[in-house]
Amino acid sequence: MNIHEYQAKALLRSYGMPVPEGRAATTAAEAVDAARALNAPVTVVKAQIHAGGRGAGHFAGKPEGKGGVRLARDTGEVSDAATAMLGEVLVTKQTGLMGRLVRTLYIESGCDIARELYFSMLVDRGTGQIVIVASPDGGMEIEDVAARTPERILKEYVDPAKGLCDYQSRDLAVRLGLKGREIRAFQNVVRSAYNAFTGLDAAIVEINPLVVTGSGDLLALDAKMSFDENALFRHPELAKLRDVHEEDPREREAAEYGLAYVGLDGNIGCMVNGAGLAMATMDIIKMEGEEPANFLDVGGGASKERVAAAFRILIGDPKVRGILVNIFGGIMRCDVIAEAIIAASHETGLSVPLVVRLAGTNVERGKALLAESGLTIIPADDLGDAARKIVSAVRNAGA
Amino acid sequence: MSILVNQSTKVITQGFTGAQGTFHTEQAIAYGTRMVGGVTPGKGGSLHLGLPVFDTVAQAREATGADASVIYVPPAGAADAILEAIAAGIPLIVCITEGIPVQDMVRVRAALERSDSLLIGPNCPGIITPDECKIGIMPGPIHRRGHVGIVSRSGTLTYEAVAQTSAIGQGQSTCVGIGGDPVKGMDFTDVLERMIADPDTHSIVMIGEIGGTSEIDGAELIRASGTRKPVVGFIAGATAPPGRRMGHAGAVITGGHETASAKIEALREAGIHVAPSPAELGTTLARVLG
Repeated sequence: MNIHEYQAKALLRSYGMPVPEGRAATTAAEAVDAARALNAPVTVVKAQIHAGGRGAGHFAGKPEGKGGVRLARDTGEVSDAATAMLGEVLVTKQTGLMGRLVRTLYIESGCDIARELYFSMLVDRGTGQIVIVASPDGGMEIEDVAARTPERILKEYVDPAKGLCDYQSRDLAVRLGLKGREIRAFQNVVRSAYNAFTGLDAAIVEINPLVVTGSGDLLALDAKMSFDENALFRHPELAKLRDVHEEDPREREAAEYGLAYVGLDGNIGCMVNGAGLAMATMDIIKMEGEEPANFLDVGGGASKERVAAAFRILIGDPKVRGILVNIFGGIMRCDVIAEAIIAASHETGLSVPLVVRLAGTNVERGKALLAESGLTIIPADDLGDAARKIVSAVRNAGA
Repeated sequence: MSILVNQSTKVITQGFTGAQGTFHTEQAIAYGTRMVGGVTPGKGGSLHLGLPVFDTVAQAREATGADASVIYVPPAGAADAILEAIAAGIPLIVCITEGIPVQDMVRVRAALERSDSLLIGPNCPGIITPDECKIGIMPGPIHRRGHVGIVSRSGTLTYEAVAQTSAIGQGQSTCVGIGGDPVKGMDFTDVLERMIADPDTHSIVMIGEIGGTSEIDGAELIRASGTRKPVVGFIAGATAPPGRRMGHAGAVITGGHETASAKIEALREAGIHVAPSPAELGTTLARVLG
């Protein structure tokens, strides 16, 4: 689960991270009030969307215009910047061409920047340990730094038996070229990030840039946090930070039924059990020359209600011009799948071609139910057969 | 022969009396797995499915001499259940549970590395040596005894590989689902080295997906081993957009080495026969076997 910069900064601040003073605003008037309260020589107006690259982005329809992070010297400039961003669509390297609608701004005190560092914390899959990643090259895309100058990416692993040791942070600070009181300040940054990371089951804490000010203080100038979905059950306080506007409505509906769904741009809807088979089903649709409309894993032991909900999401997607159901029943019984498809089709009305491939537990019973249902269902024997049949059905229907 | 489990493997179930534990233990008994008991805290001393129930894994291990434990405990308590099995000295632990917090698995990994226990999973279908021992949730009847070793990060894609190898007249030596989580127990290299060494495994099917780089490590192990056993591979997720999590917690592309195409290339360079489509796992193997 992702959250906005202003939310991440508030959380990190509560764990002791030094962050600039700032306030969120949803109207130009609120933005001006926030700037007055901050009373800083320079104010930064920052668009709040769940994507990076905001400063270098542009607003839809204004490809030559300014980005989603602007400096303002007085309240007039704050008001102008806020008016130019709120209600507009910001397009960045990470949003895709569709961009994201800006609904909230973060108004922050500017600071003088002597150096920009990179800092992040995440779980490293290879070692299975928490890793701290830092670089003296802050303020740029870390993937680019890693590709061009891998020796400038510094890492420190946290032994789960010992937990984070402060000497590791000081060692990292020295390797980053920090001096004097900056070293203790960096130790505090790492400690507060670690406490937030472990205390909230974060998936990532990323501060880019982490700045050293002219007076030798460290400040988190930008902050990104996301959380492990599997651990949200023990952090109910995080639920209110979820911004549903940032989520695909199809994905939101699917999540309510406990379905793993990712919206894509193609026109063949897929319903599959198991994540690996679901990806493989998307892949084979593409190999046959069409594009999948979604990833959808109904899970291992899904109920009839959950399967029916999944099927309704596919039928309800206006982009979907054909549906492929691919089930290899283990725990999941094919007859349950068949009953759910029949119920949802009768309820919603099936207007696009439907290919169903069933295998595994209770497959004969499932096939019989579909055959007796009176629905126009194209049965398939195996995965390859299913993909060829749905692609040809969609093309024939469109012709 | 086979790897990790056979007809003499004695198995207990953690989360024994719950709905999942009960259903799959019944299925395992019906398949012929040597189930010897189970653990549900607070129900020690009773009988369930005709088998003794214990309060702790240590008691169950002491009384039954179990070689393996399968875990059907819900996510909030699953990491603790694995740690309990490690502490009790269970040699092989299979965790089926999906949805364990990643940072819980960080602690589990550290404990595993200080122990002699092996862990399969979590978020996996389990392990089966056909006609001998089934530990997990895979449908037993699709398997047949044979000489193809199958290792996969995905449950249902493993079933697909099993069905397709059976369809070409081959059977399986052992099938291991290593699971879809980013931090887990045994990985491709751990399973592949055992399959390469196993005289009963004559060929191997490995099925990976986007996210992480463990398929590349597996390919490197195969190349370095110099094995003459044919290996067929497939990587799911060629159409998955970067940065999006595709169902499995570990199936997300966060860097260039984690894409399907990067992994396919690494597999090919190691001499692995990459199936052109997920529907051609069996036919690719048939062609390689000649």
